[in-house]
This record gives sequence, structure tokens and C-alpha cells, in this order.
Amino acid sequence: MAEKEWTPKIVAFVCNWCTYAGADLAGTSRLKYDVNIRPIKLPCTGRIDPLFIVKAFEQGADGVLVSGCHPGDCHYTSGNYHARRRWIVFSELLRFLGIHEDRVQFAWVSAAEGAKWADLVNEVVAKVRELGPFTAYRELDSAEVVS
Amino acid sequence: MIDELRQKARELLETGEVDLVIGYGEGSDPTRTMPVFIRRPEDCEKLVWNKYCYNNLTSYLTWPELKTRGKRAVVCKGCDAKAVVVLSKERQIDRKNVIVIGMACEGVGEPLLSKCEFCDVRTPKNCDIVIGPEITPLSKEKQFEDVEQLEARDPADRWEFWREQFSRCIKCYACRQACPLCYCTQCIVERNQPQWVPTSAHPRGNLAWNVMRAMHLAGRCIGCGECERVCPSNIPLMLANKKLAQVVKEQFGYESGYDIDEPLPMASFMPDDSDELFK
Repeated sequence: MAEKEWTPKIVAFVCNWCTYAGADLAGTSRLKYDVNIRPIKLPCTGRIDPLFIVKAFEQGADGVLVSGCHPGDCHYTSGNYHARRRWIVFSELLRFLGIHEDRVQFAWVSAAEGAKWADLVNEVVAKVRELGPFTAYRELDSAEVVS
Repeated sequence: MIDELRQKARELLETGEVDLVIGYGEGSDPTRTMPVFIRRPEDCEKLVWNKYCYNNLTSYLTWPELKTRGKRAVVCKGCDAKAVVVLSKERQIDRKNVIVIGMACEGVGEPLLSKCEFCDVRTPKNCDIVIGPEITPLSKEKQFEDVEQLEARDPADRWEFWREQFSRCIKCYACRQACPLCYCTQCIVERNQPQWVPTSAHPRGNLAWNVMRAMHLAGRCIGCGECERVCPSNIPLMLANKKLAQVVKEQFGYESGYDIDEPLPMASFMPDDSDELFK
């Protein structure tokens, strides 16, 4: 059987109150966008542990999108503010390790921004497609253990 | 200085001000020291102070078995004393129950450890007792030079660098044990439902572990460098720690271990934090 053409696998960690509702709106508005995204709903961006992202890559994701309520709009008042600090630090760490910044992308999408969600997904998918499969990470799997 | 230290320790124990003194004692050879836990005034002769006093003894402050030993005194270099600041900010120790004996220090190791080249706490700060003369602090201007050097290389090169480094990790968790700020009684690597970090010393799980370790110390690491010193595989862990310290300093204007009142950077926020990262 011919090998299937590669398409990016992207995991999106989204907050329950804004981005998930925004994605819902994109759906009910019948907006078409790339299907490479697998959204995972969490209560808040503040609930997203950096380990989730590492885990996504371990499980074969080519890119990760993190999205939640705009600053000031958090359902829990300040979850996204805390998350913002965390992502500022974490994205720098990944970059320092040599992971391209487009592998993990961040956004704010409100419940009213269905169109923004659709555009965002297209943009994220395009960028990851340009980078190609995340073979560098996957090669860790097959790496020999040096002792 | 040794006599003064022993004298002070003896006084503290004799007057009952503390029940335990944690300090450096003679090691197995002249270039080593090891921690000693002293409860009797006459044992204070065991205390030593020299350039081989590497350990950050504040790690012991959070040990449950020592927490029940009453009031403790701990011998600290300037860098170690910063950990006390963080531990008390994070409510891991009651500062009232700990007497910090700061030792004026011109650097440890032979050759000098790299952290000592940029030390601005050669006379320790935030201590209850300071022993030794006032020593001029060194400039920290070039403290991130090694981080910048690695950063100047291209991403693929950096990935290769870290991949090679982390592939040597044997998951002994010595870095965690030596770290005064890794005090969780149950570390996330010991969680197995779900298993967050793979247990075997395999490159994939090694990356997860090392990323997580660095991340959990973001904005907290005081730069004592113990993790790197105890690493049996000589992984330059401080590079990652320093990178995060640099980000936190640039983005949030915070340096760990100096100010007891400043809010913890990763447990607080400002509405006007940079929004550059977000679409």
C-alpha cells in the first residue's frame, strides 16, 4: 500500500469558556477550516500544564496550539494572566532547546470569534505544514540509549 | 573564621536557641566536606569551613525528619542563603525557627566554580549571623554569557546539543535531591496514574524530565548550581536554569532569592505582561 501523504497533527489545548465556545461558533456558522486540529477542552488556560505540551509531542503531535480567553476576560478572573506568564517562560525554554517557535503557538480567541478561530487554525496548520513533520522529536523514540 | 563559627554554633546550642546545627564537616579526603548535623555543643569542633564547602545545606531544611528536630541553625554561603529567602516566601519553612549563619565566601572549588565568578553575595544577605569580613561583590554583568553563546548557535545545533546532553541522563534524580527548592513530597515523576514522565532513562523521557525540572524552577532557581555539580553525567543543567532566570529577569524584572517581600513571579502576574507571544 502506498504510504499516506503526511498531514500535520496538531493538538489544541483550549479553554472551556472562550476558545472552545469560539470553535463551536465556527462550527455552527458552517465555517470551513483545516481538519488537522484535535481540540482538547480544559477549564482554563491556567489549567494547562507545560507537561501537556511535552506529552502531546511525545504522542506524535507535529504542533500544539494553546488558546484561551483574552486577558481580562477569564472566567476565573486571572487564570489566563497566570498562564500568560507561564507560556512566556515556557516558549523561551523550548526555543532555547532548539524547538521552532511555530511548533507551539499561542492565541486568545473569545466565544464571539468563530471566524478568528477558523483563520487561526488555518494559519497554525500552514505554519506547521511548512515546518514538516516533527521528526526530530520522534527520533528520540528510536534513539539508542547511551550509557 | 572556623573558630568564630564553632564558637557561635556552640553558643546557639548551649543557650538552647537552636536544637540542631547543620554545617559542613570533614569529608573522606581533604578536598571534600560533608554535611554534619550537630546536637551537642561539644560536637561543634566537627564543623569546618574551607573552599570545599560545596553543598547547599538549605536542602535539609525541608526534610520532614529534620523539621521535627525543633529550631535549626544552618551554615550558608551567600548563594545558599538565597534559597532560605525563597523557601520562606513559599512557606516551606518558618523563618522564625531557622537561624541562618552566613559565611563570607570568596568562592568555592578548585578551580573556582563558575557561579562564583559572578557572585554578588560574597558577604551573605538575609542572614541572622554573618561570620567573616565584608567582601566586595563581583559584577554579574557577564553571568549569562554561556547562555548567550549557546543561543547564538542555530536551532538545529541547539537541539542536537541538548539531545546529546539529555541522552546521557540516567534518571538518578540527583539534581532533584540536591536542589533546595525541589521539596515536593511527591514529585511528578513519581506519579504513575497517569505516568507523566516515562521512567526509563530513554532520550524521550529524559527530555520530558529535564524540561519539566527546569520549568518547575523558573523564577525560583537561585543559581547555587548544586543540580549541575551533583549530576553524574555532567549535564549542564544550569544553562537551562540560567536561561529561565534570564527570561524572568527581562520579562518580569525579578531576580530570585534577593527580596523577601517581592511576590513570586510565577505565582503572580501583571495585567500589562507582554502579549507579544499571543495571536
